[in-house]
Amino acid sequence: MSHVPVDSLERPLRLVIVSAGVSEPSSTRLLADRAAQATLDLLREEGLSASVTAIELAPLATEIAQAIVSGFPGRKVQSAIERLAEADAVIASTPVYKAGVSGLFKSFVDVLDNDLLIATPVLLAATAGTARHAMVVDEQLRPLFAFLRALSVPTALFAAPEDWGDSALSARIRRSANELAGLLRNGVGRSIGESGWSGYQHQFGGNAEGAERRVGDVDFTTDLMQLAAGGRAIP
Amino acid sequence: MQFGIFTVGDIAPDPVGGHTQSEAERISNMVGVATRADEVGLDVFAVGEHHNPPFVPSSPTTLLAHIAALTKNIMLSTSVTLMTTNDPVKIAEDYAMLQHVAKGRLDLMVGRGNTVPVYPWFGKDIRQGVALALENYNLLHRLWREDVVDWEGEFRTPLQGFTSTPRPLDDVPPFVWHGSIRTPEIAEQAAYYGNGYFANHILAPHLHFKPLVDFYRERFEHYGHGTKEQAIVGLGGQSFIAKRSQDAIRTFRPYFENYPVFRGSSLDDYMASTPLTVGSPQEVIDKVMTFRDGFGDYQRQLFTVDSMALPVEMALEQVELLGTEVVPVLRREMDARRAPRVPEAPTHASLVADKYGTSAPRQPRPNPNRGDNLSGASPYQDSDPAVEAHFPLAV
Repeated sequence: MSHVPVDSLERPLRLVIVSAGVSEPSSTRLLADRAAQATLDLLREEGLSASVTAIELAPLATEIAQAIVSGFPGRKVQSAIERLAEADAVIASTPVYKAGVSGLFKSFVDVLDNDLLIATPVLLAATAGTARHAMVVDEQLRPLFAFLRALSVPTALFAAPEDWGDSALSARIRRSANELAGLLRNGVGRSIGESGWSGYQHQFGGNAEGAERRVGDVDFTTDLMQLAAGGRAIP
Repeated sequence: MQFGIFTVGDIAPDPVGGHTQSEAERISNMVGVATRADEVGLDVFAVGEHHNPPFVPSSPTTLLAHIAALTKNIMLSTSVTLMTTNDPVKIAEDYAMLQHVAKGRLDLMVGRGNTVPVYPWFGKDIRQGVALALENYNLLHRLWREDVVDWEGEFRTPLQGFTSTPRPLDDVPPFVWHGSIRTPEIAEQAAYYGNGYFANHILAPHLHFKPLVDFYRERFEHYGHGTKEQAIVGLGGQSFIAKRSQDAIRTFRPYFENYPVFRGSSLDDYMASTPLTVGSPQEVIDKVMTFRDGFGDYQRQLFTVDSMALPVEMALEQVELLGTEVVPVLRREMDARRAPRVPEAPTHASLVADKYGTSAPRQPRPNPNRGDNLSGASPYQDSDPAVEAHFPLAV
């Protein structure tokens, strides 16, 4: 299988946390931090270096809403989108509100380019005040990232208040981190994204790393491009 | 460089005075704004095309023909002519007639349009919008350059032996700009033909349109029309000017905040992050010069000054301020900085000179009605005899 070996990347792997937690301190952010740390530890054991940055959605709340109604992201949201575009892996963590993912989290995802996270390894996590909504991750977060064509790791993380003192949560965190590290180690996300890029729909000038921005990125053999150069529309 | 104004002919209630213009008032006011623009020496007046309330310009050529008769120097144009939902044959005929009555003071900017129901009203499928715009312009391009056209395509019934009349003035079609803000295919078409490329430059962050403008420039060079620095680029924009900066902001604020398109946006953020320019003449000048920094030397800068329910007195004052305080300085500054060998936007006179040099322009003279209301196989006295018109048969 052709792929870009991760140790030939010549830069640390980039993990990006997206947290929709609004409390200080935030258990939503804590869950993501623990998963990130576990992933970093596993990568380091194999001699792979990685960095972690976090996108906190609470400070972006009004800009996110404005981006939705105006159609264009403001400076801070645009910066967050660009950081996500460069991510080698994402850890997405949301509180559960009203038995679902938080509106803030979903609103942020709504302003992302559809092709931003294609084949990007993603670890899905949620926190709630009760264990009753543990299915939110697999039933709501997972389909959302399926739409984005992300590579979601099999193990979903969920923490209710009683889980924080439980070693079972730590074991699950390590399990999901092992899955994320496994995808990162093999570079399979990068390989799928690069080899299959033209099979997905894109927008010129978009934020995705492979987005068409220059002449060299554009496919001039499409029907529309041939029509643009004086050809004929073929039914 | 050309400086001017464009209007989309929208009507909205004035949030300050409370008055809503009637359609009659709006039409009359648009004509007044155009004639004032001519008087103050602006180069271009462009009108958009819409087919539903709250807009009035459903017939740009009718309106522009009237304005042509009332003005002396200003070039008339469109922002934009709908290239998707209009029959390209009618575009060819209507705009050629307009070109004649305007004595060449015409060019046009074509685009897809952004109002969804217009497509089904005119029998078209919006999902085919890009293909429609591309195919229709390909036909328009031929109709204006070939005396007899046989044509088949996907979106219109075929043409056999068709001559679009009148032939363009001096047999030189009006210059065309392709207005596009989303798709590289339209930029490619503009580049292929060596036509101009216009980005409306409103409602989006700074330099949002730069990748597409750069794409057009490279492809213009690829198709051999000149270097990429010599490509023909135009920008729109929105401005509101007052002698004192704080007066401009204070006066404009209620209009901005009450216009639905800007809901959720703050005027200060919008001014900081988009091409919207609200302030003193010097501030407008400074900001427009940053457009040149971002997009390179360009050929046309248009401002929208009469939308958003601004009362006509205010719009007329904006035209005066643009024409007397802003544009003369911009002209000087842009000329001073323009790289050598970067051309001006084509005009009828420059296109005639390009085509004929010092010879007299062709003046098509039709062959007479042979009895069936047609001129027969050769429509003009000097039509190429090798090209014969074969008409569709009536069964």
